[in-house]
Amino acid sequence: MVPLSHYLALSAILFALGVAGFLIRRNVITIFMCIELMLNAVNLAFIAFARHLGRADGQILVFFVIVVAAAEAAVGLAIIIALYRNHESLSIDDLDSMKL
Amino acid sequence: MVIIFYLVAALAILAALNVILQRTPVYSALSLIVVLCALAVVYLLLDAQFMAVIQVIVYAGAIMVLFVLVIMLLNAGREEPVDRSRLARWLGVPLIVALLAEMLFVIWRQFPPASTTSAVGVDGGPSAIGHLLFESYVLPFEVTSILILVAVVGAVVLAKKQV
Repeated sequence: MVPLSHYLALSAILFALGVAGFLIRRNVITIFMCIELMLNAVNLAFIAFARHLGRADGQILVFFVIVVAAAEAAVGLAIIIALYRNHESLSIDDLDSMKL
Repeated sequence: MVIIFYLVAALAILAALNVILQRTPVYSALSLIVVLCALAVVYLLLDAQFMAVIQVIVYAGAIMVLFVLVIMLLNAGREEPVDRSRLARWLGVPLIVALLAEMLFVIWRQFPPASTTSAVGVDGGPSAIGHLLFESYVLPFEVTSILILVAVVGAVVLAKKQV
């Protein structure tokens, strides 16, 4: 039997990798994919706890997270398309028009 | 069962590393699909059959197709290496490691591997999830439909020609 903490450790590692990618990558699309990676790490923790506590409520939360992630992906990618149309670039360093 | 978990976990971690180390977005996207499918297998091991199917269909199917489509549409190629600040390089990696160490420390202290075996088990089949979703969680479910409607309108408006 795999202990709960190993599932949570996998979740923590994936989350940390998502944070790292969010900070080191310069491409907007890759940064967005790192956000999805972090969301999946959280989903794994939810499902591990659902199993641990013997209640399926955690899986319902994962269901809602997936729905919100789908909506977020649609809007976020539309924003990326609009940004590319206006700036002709996908690099986060060129998208600094809101900087003071 | 135990062996499968560790194999799939190693695969997920390696693929996640590949996601953040690749410079070409389409390689990152393909690695992310590997991570998502590996997590679907972990969900199966955790009695969440319905969520495993949803993970493959919605996440690896719909969302990642959207990502790959946008990558191809915008012709996103290799990103050029930028040499920004020395501070970020020397401080960033230790901070990430510190974050990971903190999370692992809390997990190990709260749920020591020896004492907490997740032997309880849960029914994660479509019928159990459906009952829960349409009985206890019917209001959030309906609110979700409004969220998706707003997202669809927002995506269409944002991706229109003149913004």
